[in-house]
Amino acid sequence: MPWNRRHLLTLEDLSLAEIDQIHATAAAFKKILGRSVKKVPALRGKTIVNLFLEPSTRTRISFEMAAKRLSADVISFDAASSSTTKGETLRDTAQNIQALNADLIVLRHSASGSPLYLSRVLDIPVVNAGDGAHEHPTQGLLDTFTMREHLGSLRGRKVVILGDILFSRVARSNIHALVKLGAAVTLVGPSTLVPDWFTALGAKVSHDLKSALADAEVVMLLRIQHERQSSSHFPSLGEYTGMFGLNQTRAGWLNPKAIIMHPGPINRGVEIDSDLADGPRSVILEQVTNGIAVRMAVLYLCSGGQPEAVTTNAT
Amino acid sequence: MSPLIIKGARVIDPAAQRDAKGDVFIKDGKFVASLSAADKKRAKKIDAAGLVACPGLVDIHVHFREPGQTHKETIATGSHCAAAGGFTTVVCMPNTSPVADNAGTIQFINDAIRRDAVVKVLPTGCITVGMKGQALAPIGSLKRMGVVAITDDGDCVQSNELMRRACEYAKMFGLPLMDHCQDHSMTQGAVMNEGVMSTRLGLRGWPNAAEDLIVSRNVILSGYTGAHIHLQHISSKLSVEIIRRAKARGVRITAEATPHHIALTDEALAGYDTNFKMNPPLRTEADRQEIIAGLRDGTLDCIGTDHAPHTDYEKDKEFDYAPNGILGLETALAVVLGVLVREQKFKLPQVVDLMTRKPAALLGLPAGTLAPGAAADLCLFDPAEKWRYDAKAGFSKSRNSPWHGQTLTGRVKTTLVDGRVVFDGAKIKA
Repeated sequence: MPWNRRHLLTLEDLSLAEIDQIHATAAAFKKILGRSVKKVPALRGKTIVNLFLEPSTRTRISFEMAAKRLSADVISFDAASSSTTKGETLRDTAQNIQALNADLIVLRHSASGSPLYLSRVLDIPVVNAGDGAHEHPTQGLLDTFTMREHLGSLRGRKVVILGDILFSRVARSNIHALVKLGAAVTLVGPSTLVPDWFTALGAKVSHDLKSALADAEVVMLLRIQHERQSSSHFPSLGEYTGMFGLNQTRAGWLNPKAIIMHPGPINRGVEIDSDLADGPRSVILEQVTNGIAVRMAVLYLCSGGQPEAVTTNAT
Repeated sequence: MSPLIIKGARVIDPAAQRDAKGDVFIKDGKFVASLSAADKKRAKKIDAAGLVACPGLVDIHVHFREPGQTHKETIATGSHCAAAGGFTTVVCMPNTSPVADNAGTIQFINDAIRRDAVVKVLPTGCITVGMKGQALAPIGSLKRMGVVAITDDGDCVQSNELMRRACEYAKMFGLPLMDHCQDHSMTQGAVMNEGVMSTRLGLRGWPNAAEDLIVSRNVILSGYTGAHIHLQHISSKLSVEIIRRAKARGVRITAEATPHHIALTDEALAGYDTNFKMNPPLRTEADRQEIIAGLRDGTLDCIGTDHAPHTDYEKDKEFDYAPNGILGLETALAVVLGVLVREQKFKLPQVVDLMTRKPAALLGLPAGTLAPGAAADLCLFDPAEKWRYDAKAGFSKSRNSPWHGQTLTGRVKTTLVDGRVVFDGAKIKA
């Protein structure tokens, strides 16, 4: 089946077959990452612009790294240095970038839906690097890629996502991908941050950590933002940790082979004990590495590449 | 001006419980029961076969943006939209720039109305100074300048104590208070209805409870003070139920529904189209159905469009950053006919009532009737004509309509104000 999508905006829109194609392409690119020459010519002569209108370190670096390993030219700019601070609209900023002959825009934005908006305004492909509390599709793809590396098929596998689900784009993208991949997804956290509406997305909602973690094969932790305290979503970080923080005892409730994931950045000692984050079941840094391969696959496919045409010959 | 005969229309006049084929006679700008033989002979005639003739429509909730935001709309262009939509009397909100919280600004608005409006435009004034919810505006002076109600519009008065005093004070002048019911503490940063759709879209939710709380507050304060509070654009099922119970107890509240809240739900936001962004937001199918039920049983008194123009460049933004509001006047009749008559099987006279007699009556306006002696304000429409609405070709300075490009059924053919044609089905006759 040929790849015929120009934009990557959400995982809600993708079919299972498309997720498989991205994962297969990422697996091919991942082979390059271990080499001494970590570069292929797939996007030589193309210019990718990382338009990051919300602060980000790891996602921006990961996209830059992915683009460079595909031999694309990359320009990144963030909100502070951009003309958006002078009141220029997103449309104008993006159209200027397009007029500068960029071939693809990677957009990070605090406003949900802005990548979809941009995809309607521009002629060039748009890749969503996180929009508000909506989606973070490449994160969902790299997370499920990592799960598949460890567990094989995810059909029927019990996956727990634990933390601030309400405000999390990572949670939403993972839910959509995991549901398509056939996993049994349970969302856990304080009732203020895990409303029942999420069941409409195909996930189970629970506020009982013990029963949720029982026999789970994956637990994905989400960062707890201390701002949620002042917005009265929970009483204190201390209470959160006491009720929902993952520690050794609670990790013992998991399936013995379970992996522990976190999209970062981690609050050590808040949502996860420090030694668990660094422990043998943690795949947190593998997620980061896989992020490059997955983003290479996404940039390649959205630039018109085909999954079967991936060549991993170095430049 | 020669006499005028509207010939062979289906004449609907809810005030007179009239719904029959017949003629409407107009002389010297007023409706008359009949014309003399000589007048009949020299009268101008409008052939209205197949059309409905009803009182000019009345909309007690529009934003005409003058003074201060005339890039969006003016009293002139807003009144053109009204005429094109069959409306002959409209009540404009005070959230202009500056806000209409003093006699001078109302004077400015009245001057613009006298100079520019092709329909009857009536001003409202603010409840509080600067619409800031801290101190009462000079409500007596506003009344003297002719405001027909006071309201802080989108900036719902949050202090219960201040609202209570506003009720008591306004009651002295017989002035109704219009309230946009929203508890701000529950809607910080909110841009759409809170529920499954906001969860899916990752947008900040505006829970219906924030409306229900203020509706309840207003029911209580109206009951306590005896003031008339009109609840604007009800969007929530529970609010309808609260109003229904309050009215059964005889509380002096009235309420309106917008065309968009009876036609659309938050499912329409799937594409983040900012032309579906308004405040209060579109809600669920259950809410929509209850609002319709409220219009059917009289819990909700009338249709109000909340005509809220914003330019392309203001609306063409990330969803979070776009302003709230949509155009309403030019599409209201067709949209309401589509929902209430064709979908929900309301009788046409009941719908006409909701858009003429009832809104006029709740503010005590001399409008919404074809009675002899009344000003000859009339709307002539074809309930079956299909037309494609092009917001770019409309009469507003703005184009922010969710119905742009859609085929609507029911079209205004002629609008008369004081017996004079102000819209002929295609053009404004200024």
